[in-house]
Amino acid sequence: MAGELTTQGYIKHHLTNASVGEGFWTWHVDTLAWSILLGLVFILSFRSVAKKATVGVPGKFQCFVEMIVEFVGNSVKDTFHGKNPLIAPLALTIFVWVLLMNFMDIIPVDWLPTAAALIGGESWETIASGNSHIYMKVVPTTDLNMTAALALGVFVLMIFYSIKIKGFGGFMKELYAHPFNTPWLYWFNFILEVIALIAKPMSLALRLFGNLYAGELIFILIAGLMGIWQLPAHFIWAAFHLLVIPLQAFIFMMLTIVYLSLAHEDH
Amino acid sequence: MNLNATLLGESIAFIVFVWFTMKYVWPPLNGAIEERQNKIADGLAASERAEKDLELAQEKATEQLKEAKAQAAEIIEQAKKRATQIVDEETQKGHDEREKIISQGYAEVDAERNRAKEDLRQQVSVLAVAGAAKILERHIDAAAHSDILDKLVAEL
Repeated sequence: MAGELTTQGYIKHHLTNASVGEGFWTWHVDTLAWSILLGLVFILSFRSVAKKATVGVPGKFQCFVEMIVEFVGNSVKDTFHGKNPLIAPLALTIFVWVLLMNFMDIIPVDWLPTAAALIGGESWETIASGNSHIYMKVVPTTDLNMTAALALGVFVLMIFYSIKIKGFGGFMKELYAHPFNTPWLYWFNFILEVIALIAKPMSLALRLFGNLYAGELIFILIAGLMGIWQLPAHFIWAAFHLLVIPLQAFIFMMLTIVYLSLAHEDH
Repeated sequence: MNLNATLLGESIAFIVFVWFTMKYVWPPLNGAIEERQNKIADGLAASERAEKDLELAQEKATEQLKEAKAQAAEIIEQAKKRATQIVDEETQKGHDEREKIISQGYAEVDAERNRAKEDLRQQVSVLAVAGAAKILERHIDAAAHSDILDKLVAEL
């Protein structure tokens, strides 16, 4: 029966993006909207502090923002030894943006999708039976497009700075003359290094996506399968997930700094 | 789950956010933090300096106090000495005065006695002449015998 709510249908419904367009030109509207909204929350709140930042005694929100800025700044200073005015703002953007997007995971899984369906004009019965045609995935980092976009941005910067610092020849030499420095094995080195190079953004994107997707999936499973027991289970999983959320944001930021630091190192 | 145009949209959003952060968020915040750090460092250095200054001032004050005390003690000592000296001088002066008065008194008494003696002598000579005149029951010219009388007076 199409009208019955099945666990499978429930989970599938939760894992489907609201999208427009066909094929490659599909746009995940929910991912885009939530990520841009959260990005705006980040830059506008930080900008409001930056505009009236005082050198004297700071307010509480300024303290909070400065704490984050200093934390990111210290992480950059410890790892990145070159001089590049892009690295610290990049790290700050990644950290706070990813953190905010990850925190969407803590919002109970049915709230925002149900609200969206109600606003979209679906009735309670349709929503309860799982037949709503309005989809809403609220955690942008559970969309591979989101994490891949971040990783791609970092990857482009890695290539750009590698070529800028070492020159095109230096960049190529790093690809083929390492780890076996003999012409006989240049082809082998090249395969090895290209894989290693591409693995960096891939691992960045997939790590964040995988962690958050799995976390979200477990929330959905708990909500879909555990009946009344979902109440303590949700709490326990949320408490654990509270560790994963900032950790993943931190790891993404840290690896970005490390990769760009490597790109700046001239051998 | 496939990669699609969302990737492009997110990439553009990412670039814009990073650009905005680099242009308008990071520099003022980091600048404020660094400036405050410098300010705090300066303040700490100043307070340390002030503490050292205070210590020095206290040392100086103690020294000056000690000096002042020593001076005061010296002045008191001098004053005492002077006082003793004045007392001695005055005592001496008093002694001298007394001596003088006593010796003057003696001198006066001597002079009085001498005068009295002289008077007595004069009277004795008159008495003696009168006595002699009575004894002799005759008129004797005192002037004629004055040389004898004078001799008599000198012998008294």
